[in-house]
Amino acid sequence: MRPGRALVSLLISLWWAVLSYGQEPPYFVTYSHDLEEPGNLEIAVKSAQGTPKYGNFFIGETLELEYGAKGWWTTEAYLSGQHTSHDSTIFTGWRWENRFRPLFREHFINPVIYVEYENLNLADRSLLEVVGHDGVADMRLSNAQGRLETERSLEMKLILSSNVRGWNIAENFITEKDLNESEPWEFGYALGVSRPLALSASAHECTFCREHFAAGAELYGGLGDLNGFGLRATSHYFGPTIGFEIPRGPTVSFSPNFGLNDNSMGVIYRFKISYEIEQIFGRLHWSKP
Amino acid sequence: MTCRKRIRLSVSTAFLLAALVSQAEAPWTNRLSEADRRRSNPYAGQPEAIAAGSRLFADHCAKCHGEDALGRKKRPNLRSREVQTAADAELFWMLKNGNLRHGMPSWSSLPEEERWQLITYLKSLGEYQGNGHSGTEKEKANK
Repeated sequence: MRPGRALVSLLISLWWAVLSYGQEPPYFVTYSHDLEEPGNLEIAVKSAQGTPKYGNFFIGETLELEYGAKGWWTTEAYLSGQHTSHDSTIFTGWRWENRFRPLFREHFINPVIYVEYENLNLADRSLLEVVGHDGVADMRLSNAQGRLETERSLEMKLILSSNVRGWNIAENFITEKDLNESEPWEFGYALGVSRPLALSASAHECTFCREHFAAGAELYGGLGDLNGFGLRATSHYFGPTIGFEIPRGPTVSFSPNFGLNDNSMGVIYRFKISYEIEQIFGRLHWSKP
Repeated sequence: MTCRKRIRLSVSTAFLLAALVSQAEAPWTNRLSEADRRRSNPYAGQPEAIAAGSRLFADHCAKCHGEDALGRKKRPNLRSREVQTAADAELFWMLKNGNLRHGMPSWSSLPEEERWQLITYLKSLGEYQGNGHSGTEKEKANK
């Protein structure tokens, strides 16, 4: 990736940060069992960048609006677009996601049910998950070709997550079904582990204290489909991840994800900036005279 | 399925539902296990922990419970007698589990040390019933 392009991408993300800032764990693909607090709205911009072998550099940008509807239910809307060098910049589609906690108490392993409807064309480069036989070849498709076909699909995840001695350990089992074609169910996985760099808060105000940083790692990839379950012709990624929560400001996360086989991209660079607007509807209500 | 089996199944289902509902509606302090109750606050009364807890409270709790912890709208007053006389272990349990049905999120993502610091700060505030338990009523009283 050229430094100029990385700088442009970073500036776009920082520009968004002026509008939106928030608090987030450092995962990009994996979900933990932490839901959005009821009444809070989190606005986030996620970016995935990379250059596929024999393909052009791209930036996939996703705007994410996450709202805590209930203590046990979080709903999210995503808008995605992408820019590919020597090609074009296009809007690629939207997603609507819901996460539910079926058990109302904290357990050693906490399940969350995830249901998402996607309306995305084949030029989408947001890479929010990898399923089935997704691979580097999909990233070489031109925008003109990709935008011709829109996939409407249902994605479901079983999220299992634990918080143990400051560590979060999360496992996601993913299944996706294309609704407008007779394609088989596709499968994928995501695993994440993370921990704050300090477990107790300091007594004094500080910006760069260890307690504001969290670090971890993610491993994710496809598991084939109903006609061919397994690792054959699938792609997999692994990478460290770090998040910095600026006190009373945005949370910034970064992760380089390294492809683990020939069917994966070499490296995907991921950035995320998020900000939580607390009690958004209550805020509007309280402002009335 | 015979009629007798159906009746048995209905009765046992009714008992199970009744048990679940009564459990759900029981006071939260009744839901702790013995192991939960045995926990003790390693930071109790420490000024450093109170200062750290104050910062954590401002970041995570004040938006719902108010900067003065006296509650806002339906969000409870954390300086009420019920909270201030609760054992630290009981408050720790509430922070860990939340009350998802009634809007209190689980704070299990906060490290245990930070949760104890928060409780140390809360306990340092002392009891204050105010004028009812809601910020709205308090505001009315101030006017």
